[in-house]
Amino acid sequence: MGNEENQLRIIDYSGREFRHIGTRPVRPDGVDKVTGRANFGADFTVNGMIFGRVVRSPHAHARIKKINIDKALAVPGVKAVVTGQDFPQIDPADKAVGEVVVSYYDLSRNVIARDKVLYDGHAVAAVAATSAAIAERAAALVEVEYEVLKPVMSVADALKKNAPLLHKDLFTSGVEPKPEKPSNVAARTEFRLGDPAAAFADAEVIVEREFSTQTVHQGYIEPHACVASVANDGYVSIWCSSQGQFMVRSFTAKFCGIEESKVKVIPAEIGGGFGGKTVIYLEPLAVMLARKAGRAVKMTMTRDEVLRATGPTSGGIARAKVGARKDGTLVSGELELHYEAGAFAGSPVALGCMTGFAPYHMENVSCVGWDVVVNRPKAAAYRAPGAPVAAFAVESVLDELAQQLGMDPIELRLKNAAREGTQAPYGVKFNRIGYAETLEAAKNHPHYQIPLGPNQGRGVASGFWFNIGGSSSAEVMVNPDGTVIVVTGNPDIGGSRASMALMAAEVFGIDVAHIKPIIADTESVPFSMLTGGSRVTFATGKAVIEAAQDAVNDMKRRAAKMWDVDLAQVDWENGRAVCIESDQHKPLSMADIAAKADKTGGAISGKANINAKGAGPGFGTHICDVEVDPETGRVTVLRYTAIQDVGKAIHPSYVEGQLQGGAVQGIGWALNEEYVYDAEGRLQNTGFLDYRMPVASDLPMIDTVLVEVPNEGHPYGVRGVGETPIVPPLGAVANAVSRAIGKRVADLPLSPPRLLSIIDGK
Amino acid sequence: MAKHHVTTTINGDPTEFLCETRQTLLDCLRDELELTGSKEGCASGDCGACSVMLDGRLVCACLVLGVEADGANIETIEGVAQGEQLHPIQRHFLEEAALQCGVCTPGFIVAAKALLEKNPDPTETEARYWLAGNLCRCTGYDKIIRAVMNAAAEMRGA
Repeated sequence: MGNEENQLRIIDYSGREFRHIGTRPVRPDGVDKVTGRANFGADFTVNGMIFGRVVRSPHAHARIKKINIDKALAVPGVKAVVTGQDFPQIDPADKAVGEVVVSYYDLSRNVIARDKVLYDGHAVAAVAATSAAIAERAAALVEVEYEVLKPVMSVADALKKNAPLLHKDLFTSGVEPKPEKPSNVAARTEFRLGDPAAAFADAEVIVEREFSTQTVHQGYIEPHACVASVANDGYVSIWCSSQGQFMVRSFTAKFCGIEESKVKVIPAEIGGGFGGKTVIYLEPLAVMLARKAGRAVKMTMTRDEVLRATGPTSGGIARAKVGARKDGTLVSGELELHYEAGAFAGSPVALGCMTGFAPYHMENVSCVGWDVVVNRPKAAAYRAPGAPVAAFAVESVLDELAQQLGMDPIELRLKNAAREGTQAPYGVKFNRIGYAETLEAAKNHPHYQIPLGPNQGRGVASGFWFNIGGSSSAEVMVNPDGTVIVVTGNPDIGGSRASMALMAAEVFGIDVAHIKPIIADTESVPFSMLTGGSRVTFATGKAVIEAAQDAVNDMKRRAAKMWDVDLAQVDWENGRAVCIESDQHKPLSMADIAAKADKTGGAISGKANINAKGAGPGFGTHICDVEVDPETGRVTVLRYTAIQDVGKAIHPSYVEGQLQGGAVQGIGWALNEEYVYDAEGRLQNTGFLDYRMPVASDLPMIDTVLVEVPNEGHPYGVRGVGETPIVPPLGAVANAVSRAIGKRVADLPLSPPRLLSIIDGK
Repeated sequence: MAKHHVTTTINGDPTEFLCETRQTLLDCLRDELELTGSKEGCASGDCGACSVMLDGRLVCACLVLGVEADGANIETIEGVAQGEQLHPIQRHFLEEAALQCGVCTPGFIVAAKALLEKNPDPTETEARYWLAGNLCRCTGYDKIIRAVMNAAAEMRGA
């Protein structure tokens, strides 16, 4: 272990000691957020604004025969009504490929239905009036004549012969030959390595099982909200909270048929997103209402609307099979996933296929995914989209395999852990990664040594997420007093201002308190990809580092001018320009240089517009202890430890926070959260009372271990950290419960009634 | 229908506003008085983002009608800090990084303050049960509970 252990301790592969990175200062936007001053989506008002309200379908599946808006328009105070007919047609071929494929055609029909409604809550019209109360009254007077169709609520429903079709033009892609008939299956994807079928013949032990999970919502506390204003010259301003102001600009422009250059989006603080705010719902409606009414329009969703019509992520069926030798060596694996996409194609099933076996070094793997449309809201990204369900299946069969082999579940994973050079089933060869290190840390953690009592169980599970880079921009401006403003285009969803400030502080060598990070509107900073894919600290951070370096270079030139020496004579140390080989010149602080800026060339700034490559993948291992009440089926989480290779923790408190928050979202997914529909496809649990997310009294402290194996693709070794932590918990909780009750649980959530029926053998 | 004239005290200041019968105290705070620190997360009393004190009692402002504020004493997140002087709970929320997005934070701070006024030395379990009416989706509650416990210790002079 000697050498490897030494490598583990390498914090900074460039060999430099950090002064600011890794410290825990108070976040720059903190005071505003603890005093109520911070402005979130719904906190913004414009003089003279009116209020919009969405008319939503009460049916899960119906044809729209006629919409009559006359009665609504006649209500005093109503200023505008819009329906699908007011919006331009989008070319069905218009798609963007990102973390998941985005079809603008589908998205525009998700924002407002055209010929059909496809889920309970689907928007069919919107009303704007001088008060929210009038808008609500008028919305109820919009008359929609429906031809109600039979809803398709599950994968099983959707695959039935003669199942009602959601889309008559949906032909399964990825199958040969191309199907002659449309169906509810949008796509088949496959990732294959080696010859898994043949390899199973070599296996001495095989475990195979089918798992199911339900639709769950991101559950951000802030409902979607926006204000839109259309000026007389056609220029549009939108104030809203989202995961990307540039995304809101391009989507809204497209769906409203407006040139993108005529739309300005001003980002509000965002009250949680977890992927759910990487798309838009209200903004195009608000813009079209504002245009018709000639007034600014404010729209906010209720919680009922959020749950019925935004998010969620796919429920699905996952079949996993692993084959191993008696010593625990994995010889073959198979994963088949059916994910519910919701009303339009585009579940994250391909990402599930790519991630399920990614933590393991295996020569023979097959992962097949089916993207299935059903009459539920269109799935949106949710933290490591697609990965948690796939990992739940794989990590469960591995746990069962460990039990059958009489092996420790961590030892089994260590024996098969992906390492540098491992070929992942989805195509890449891993660079230096820290998965094995998370397993070692788990094995050695005090948590893993604590003896368990009756009705208690301990579960271990791991998870993988890619993390992405992409386009990011940053500008740093040096103020006359030598302090710095850092401008970026990424909404701060969980403390990224703090990490931007720390990285800039590291480059400049000044106290982080002298750096003010701000998030600019779409006309004040160049394009940046949205906040998602765990990319901001990595990619935008890289832009900030380069922009700060650019400003340092500028200040060195200014110092050379002030001293009248060669640039080569100027070095930069701890926030000051120093003159090499001459003690005639006293070091110049940033304030000294900034004070003379007008004599040395004007204002001082630096900028960087980059497309960041080299994002490092994230691996995590979680340990969960539970106690099951055999009489009620209630599960209590006793202890929980989340361990992850984070590359380099810029602000360790916020990195720990990502691990803790992701773990708890996963615990909720595993234990209680699910969409409950009635026979007609109407959502029954449209509030937080019965869409039951974890509360403080449900949980213990969530312990964390930050393993730091630097990512060579980032100057400070950063890996994205936000998404990986939600991948292991489903498996960790389910494995703990399975061991506690002595039976394998395969269906989530493990709510008391479901678990009780498993315990009672029903 | 004519609006109601409500005379109340908010964060120590005499305050008057007009409201419709149907408007909640939360609507009145946010829309009539521009006190937007109290947030609407559910409008059904399940998330606690609109927690305020009504005559010394912790309530969800979304479950109180605006007219019920007549003659009452209301305290909101905007009144927790004294000028630039943050309340110890606010300071500990910052020091322990007990917020990520921050939208639930005002409600948590108001609720935690109510807890410590009633019970200056809560156990971790007592703090967790008191704050069970406040939802946070970002933090997993760990750092929030630590911040509240550390603030309690500081306020006790421990």
